[in-house]
Order: sequence, then C-alpha cells, then structure tokens
Amino acid sequence: MPGSLARACRVVRPGGPRDAVAGLTPPWVASPADTAEASALLAAATEHGLAVVPRGSGTSVSWGVPPRHLDLVIDTLRLDQVLEHAAGDLVVRAQAGVTMRQLAGALATARQQLALDVPPGSGNGGQTGSPTVGGVLATGSAGPRRLRYGTPRDLLIGITVIRPDGTVTKSGGKVVKNVAGYDLGKLYTGSRGTLGLITEAIFRLHPLPAATAFVTAGYADPAAAARGVAAAAGSELAPVAIELDRPARHGLVRVAVLLEGDPAGVSQRASLMRGVLGAGTATLDAAPSWWGASPGARGPGSAGRAAGTVIQIGFWAAALPGVLDAVDAAGRAAGLDPAVAGSAAAGVLHAAVPGSAAPEDVAGFLAGLRERLARDLEPGLAGGEGPPVRASAVVVRAPAAVQDLVDMWGPVPALGLMRALKDQFDPGHLMAPGRFAGGI
Amino acid sequence: MTVQAMVPRMTEICGPGGVVSDPAELRTYECDGLTSHRAAPGLVVLPQTAEQVAAVVADCARAGVPFVARGSGTGLSGGALPRTDGVLIVMSRMRRIIAVDPVSQRAIVEPGVTNLAVSTAARPYGYFYAPDPSSQVICSVGGNVAENSGGAHCLKHGFTVHHVTGLQIVTPEGELTWLGDGTGAAPGYDLVGMFTGSEGTLGIVTKIVVKLTRIPQVITTLLAAFETTGAGGAAVSAIIGAGILPAAIEMMDALAIEAAEAAVACNYPAGAGAVLVVELDGPEADVRRDSAAVRELCRQAGCGEIREADDPAERAAIWAGRKSAFAAVGRISPSYLVQDGVVPRTALGEVLDKIAALAAGSGIRVANVFHAGDGNLHPLVLYNDAIPGEEARAEEVSGAILDLCIEHGGSITGEHGVGTDKSKYMTKMFTREDLDTMQLLRCAFDPAGLCNPGKIFPTPRLCGEVPGPRRGVHPAVAAGLAEQF
Repeated sequence: MPGSLARACRVVRPGGPRDAVAGLTPPWVASPADTAEASALLAAATEHGLAVVPRGSGTSVSWGVPPRHLDLVIDTLRLDQVLEHAAGDLVVRAQAGVTMRQLAGALATARQQLALDVPPGSGNGGQTGSPTVGGVLATGSAGPRRLRYGTPRDLLIGITVIRPDGTVTKSGGKVVKNVAGYDLGKLYTGSRGTLGLITEAIFRLHPLPAATAFVTAGYADPAAAARGVAAAAGSELAPVAIELDRPARHGLVRVAVLLEGDPAGVSQRASLMRGVLGAGTATLDAAPSWWGASPGARGPGSAGRAAGTVIQIGFWAAALPGVLDAVDAAGRAAGLDPAVAGSAAAGVLHAAVPGSAAPEDVAGFLAGLRERLARDLEPGLAGGEGPPVRASAVVVRAPAAVQDLVDMWGPVPALGLMRALKDQFDPGHLMAPGRFAGGI
Repeated sequence: MTVQAMVPRMTEICGPGGVVSDPAELRTYECDGLTSHRAAPGLVVLPQTAEQVAAVVADCARAGVPFVARGSGTGLSGGALPRTDGVLIVMSRMRRIIAVDPVSQRAIVEPGVTNLAVSTAARPYGYFYAPDPSSQVICSVGGNVAENSGGAHCLKHGFTVHHVTGLQIVTPEGELTWLGDGTGAAPGYDLVGMFTGSEGTLGIVTKIVVKLTRIPQVITTLLAAFETTGAGGAAVSAIIGAGILPAAIEMMDALAIEAAEAAVACNYPAGAGAVLVVELDGPEADVRRDSAAVRELCRQAGCGEIREADDPAERAAIWAGRKSAFAAVGRISPSYLVQDGVVPRTALGEVLDKIAALAAGSGIRVANVFHAGDGNLHPLVLYNDAIPGEEARAEEVSGAILDLCIEHGGSITGEHGVGTDKSKYMTKMFTREDLDTMQLLRCAFDPAGLCNPGKIFPTPRLCGEVPGPRRGVHPAVAAGLAEQF
C-alpha cells in the first residue's frame, strides 16, 4: 500500500498523534504538490479501498462526527498558490491550500477582498490558525457579513475537484455570470470532503469599503434585543452585518451592527442606526471583542467553552424571539446556562455549553432545543404550505462523551436524494465516511 | 404506453379543463421564446396543485413517458421545447403568492407567479425581489429557478440562486419533497443551490421560498452617451476600478440604439456610438458620492451628454430603451438570433472589436446590448431569412461569437441557459470528464432519463455505466437516444 501511494505522491509519511482526526490517527498522511499528484493519490487510494479525509489548516478537521474509517489524510497545504488575481474583473483563482489570511493579504494590495468572515472559534486548543480556501468551502462556513455578502457558495464561481477515482473535473468558470451546465460548486460547498478533493477555486471579489463603523447596543432582555435586531434589519441604512451576543441567561444582551461605505455617509448612518437600536448605544471604529467569536469564547469560562459543545441553529429571522426562548427554556430544563451568539438577522445563531457540563445534561439540552424549535416556532403566515421543517440545530463540535449520546446532525430534509448523490460521486464510500448527515 | 393513451388518467388528475389534446391547440405550445426550435407536445396538462403535478409525473414515470415543464414560455434557449412523444406540464395555473414574511425577508410563491408580481407583493412592506430579467412582467419564478435567471441588476444584487432558500419539488419519480428549509442554512448538501439552474432536468419546482431585499433608500439612474463602445468600455473599467459597485451597468451600441428609438422613441442622445445606463442604489450619501464619481469618470472617458434621474417615471424612461432592445430589433430586421455569451469585463473592448470585424466580414449586422458590468453580452445577430444563405451565415457568426467568448475565458451562456440551443457548444467549454461528472447529478435524480431529456448535454450519460474509453458504439447511440458527431 505505501508503495502505490509513494508512486502517486512524493511526500507521504506515517500519521502521528497530531494528525488525528476526531481521535482517529491516520496510518498515512500525503501532501500533494499539485493537481496531478492529488489525482494520482486519490486514484491509488480508491484502488486500495483507503478511506480518505482531506485536511487544510486543520482548524476544523476534528469537528463533528469522526470518520468511520481513516487510512489516509490528504494535506493540501502545498497547494498554496494564488494563481491569478484579475483585479479589473474582481475575480481571483486560488489553490485550495491558500489560507484566508494569505489570500486577504494578496487581494488587499488592489483594495479588494473575498467578503467572507473566518468562521467563529477556529483553532485547536485556543490558538487561532487561518483556515484554507478549501476548508472554508468544504465546511461552507461564514461569519457576520453573510447578511450582505452571503456564504461561500454565493461567492464561488468556479471549482476544480478530484473525484475519488482520480478524475479531475471543473465546473463554473472565471466569470460571474455563467449558467453553462450544472453548478457543481453548490454541491461541493459544505460537502465536508465527502464527495471529492477540492484543489482550486475561483471567487468573485468585492472592493474594500472606504470606511466602516460598528454601532453597538445593550439590552436588558432578549425580547428587546430581538426587536432591535429586526429594526436594524428592516431599516434603509443598509447594514452589512447584525450580530447578537448573550453570554449568559442573566446580564446584558448585546447587539452590534456593521455599516460600510463612504466615510461621511457611514458616520451619518451610524447616528441614525443608534436611533433605530434605541438607548444604550455607542459607535465604534473597530469590532467589539465578541464579534464573530464562538459564543462565550471570550471572558470568564472561555477556556472551558473552547473544549465544549457548540450547536448551530438555523431559523427564519422572524422567529428570533422564539429561538432565544427555546434556548433559554431548554437550558433551564437541563440545568445549563448556554451562551448564545451569532448572525441574528441572517437566521444563524450558535449556542455553546462548556466542556465541564455533564454529557447527559448536554444531550438533554439538545433534545429539548430541537423539540421546542419544531413545536413552538410560529408556523408563519404560510399556514402549513411552507417548508415543514423551518429550523435546524446541528452540533458543530462536541466532546466525545457528548457525541456518544446525541445525533449530531438532527433531521435533514431530502436525505434520500443526498444519499443518491453520494452513491454517484463516491460509490466506494471512501471520502470522509460517516461524517455527514445521515451517516453519509 | 403512448402518451395519447394517458389522456383518461391525466383528465382524472387535472380535470377536463386541465388537459389539452387537440392537435391545433397543442401546436400553440410547440416552442418557447426560442422560436427556431419547434415540436408539438404529445399532450399538455395544466395542473393547479403540487399534488396534481406529482401525480402526473408519477404516472409518466410508471409509463416510461418523458415530460417537460413549462412556465410562461419566455425562455430563450429552448428549455421548454416539448417532446412529441411526451407530456408538457404547463405550470401557469399555479400562480398563488402563498405568504410574504418581511421580517424574515422571505416570500413563498408558486412557480407560475410572474417575477414582477413578487416585487409587487413585497413593495407594501418595503421590499422587492431583486433578480429582474427584462421579461419580468411575464416570465415565471419557476422558470427563473430552472434557468438561474439574472437581469440587469445582477452586478450588485446577484441572480436567482442567491435569492432562493427553499424549493418544494416533484422528483422525476413523482415524489413531492422539500429541498432546504427556507433559512439558507439548512444542513446537508446544498440541494437548493444545485437544483437552481438545472433547466428542468432534475425535477419540477412546485413551491419556491425566495429572499426579499430591502428597497434601497435612493435609486438613481444615469444615461451617458459615448462616441464608441470602446470609450464606453473604458468608462466601465474606470468605474469598477474606482471601487464603485453600481446596481447595474448596461451598454448599447449604435445599431441597438437605432432599433430602440424606432420601437419606443426613447430619445437617447442623437448620434451616440454607444450609451451607458448606470444605476446606483443604496443609502443617500453613498449614492450621491458615487453618482458624482461616475459622472466624472464618464467625462474623463470622453462622454458627451449625461442625464440623471431619481424620479421613478424618469428612471423608467431611461430604462425603456434598454428594456425594449431585443424586441425592438424586429423593427430593423426581419429576423434575428439572440446570443448570451460572457467574457471577462477587461476583455470587453477587444471582443466587441472582434464582433464588429466578424459582422463586417460576413455582411451580417450585429447589434450589441449587454450587461457591461459583468461582461454578459447579448449580440443580436440580424438577418433576412428571405435571402438565401443569410440564415446560415447568421448562425455561423453567432457560433463564432460564442467561440470568442470561450477563447477569452468566458462562458457560452450568462443567463439564458443551455437548453436545446447551446448543447453543441458544451464540449467547447468543458471536457468529457467535466460533462460526465455533471451528469452524475442527473443519474442521482433522474436515472430513467424522463425529466426534460435531451437538454443541456450533447450526449446523455446512461446511468450506471462505467466512465472510460469507449469501445465500439456508444450505448446511447445504440439505444437510439443520441447521435454522435
């Protein structure tokens, strides 16, 4: 086995404890230098029935369900070139192993950006590494500015992926307007390495704003904070991001709004936004310390939270008050005081409990939360004609003892179609087996 | 079973008023907006509910009869071209706006709702539906989902896929299922994103959750006249280079202006070689600053007259010329072909020059209308089908333009879709492996190959076949499903 891997790729070594993926140490780690080596590697892996997990910076590779089997980690860090930055076209083509920090630096020289925020709480054991382009696409994660700019799938315009059998395939292209063929970039984004290895991506860019300002507010209770969020989102002041932070059941609920644009205009809008948010407001030049971080990741108890359980809640924005109530009630019932934070106006929040919490309590909290999300959120005006599932609670990461007790993904719509896709793209079920929804 | 034998069952499902089988009536459905490709459907059904659509498709699947969905029939790539041996499922009776949720910035609509009707329903709440194809008064949201339609405002506001967060579909086997949950953050694979733009080949949409966008505080539209498209293009580059992101930048050349003038008397500056329509939207201070900057940059690029309007009626008057362009060329030419190629914006100038050279060399006139901001060209290739050989020359020019787009790293279609019209160009843009991989999707959703078959891909993939070098006759050719050329 090592022979054929070594023939495919020059840099292959035995895996060690630091290569562990969610507790499983891979026998082998390979670092391809280019697409051709990566293709040969995957072909060899498939030929020998090896289970593969791709890894970039590794900032989130151990989150989520461990792989059922693991024989080979493919490290993409040698694919580290920004291949082409067409500033006049606002397009960049980069290899999957380019870090977001490296990319931001390259683009800033032309006063441009890939308008994606690094996901909250990246890093192992408290250090913050910079995720790679491939990692951000594979996890599909986004941060505060998703409200205005979208998530990775909205900014990706072309992608090169190596299928498990080694076939190199492209979809999309170098232009933003492009509807030729199926948009496989949408399928690969968020696929967590289960369909193939991403080696290159092409993104549409935006200009860096001339000025930014953060308007912050503090509220005594969640309902008031939710009203502030809705008012900011419904204003004409073009907010780029609206974040909420509730570190504990008692204490202030904080809201912050990001504004961008012309300096004079931003200043004027910031004053108006303070009026919209109500009393207790301030305008800041820089983001508050909790902005874009994992809930409760800063301040007291943060070390415990770093190793704890984080749950991503997706919901229709009008349900914000109900979601905050659901977290509160489920927390109380389980004897926990979860921290909640996130992109409240975009319908995405994270709830976190520390690693010190008893696993049964965490499991009880999750079950109670999911039950309340399904039952208590208003059906809305659609009266039963809308999507039957209108909220989700997915465990992003959790200690092993918690994972043993819970279903990390929860209910997933159209799982049957997802299985059919997996069977077509990875018939051998060798790519990150078991890590995805429904045990895919 | 033949499609005609399905009439009783279809009548049971859709009611007697919901089935068309009279040959003369069937011919009225024989094409969509691409009138050069026609085929009368074997049968037409007009369901009124998602359950009826599911029952129709389930029966087709059981009978092995192909089916094609049609929205308003305005598509420009023949995506709704019927099968003579199949059922055409017309969605226009499903036109309810089910709910508008302004706080969530969502609406739930049936697929037959027109694009503009969504914005009209959202307006009282202060919202609109951003993707706005020029045909928005008639085109359906379901059709927009199938094609991933764009429009003039894609540059800033994105296209359909950026504004759809949930889809109820009927799978090609006849099951009703939801993809996504309307949040835009549903767990699992992004089936909504993947389904949007799949041109009706992976199933039929029966309900759509759309994102709504807050109506901007101020919208202002500028019209700038230039001597040449080159000068206009330089202005566009300068605007983008200055870090300004307008909501729309459109350009028309002299021939397109002439046509628009004849059609709607838009009163664009006389003698202009090109006009730019630039729209800016957002908070007041930003729009005013950007508008001043755009004027200055246009002046530096040599523009003549500049007009600006922020009053809705005056803005509509500026847009009238641009929006009428496709239909308008009918006044200056008996026939025309519409193309939809994309090139990187920085290559626009060079490509326009080459198109002009092609036109001059072939004696075929080409009027250019395009989304200058994102390089999406709509060359209107004009010809007189009464003159022998002219149609063929027009097709050649049209094809050569697409070749140019590919050479410059662009795309064969920016928003109209591949459909029937451009499937033969897919191999110029993608390798066999790329097309093979895309069709894995089709195998997952439609293994029987009954859902809008023959669209997008020049050679269908038989699902379950092993990819690799071909030996002997391709199975699809042997089965009579395809020709190899």
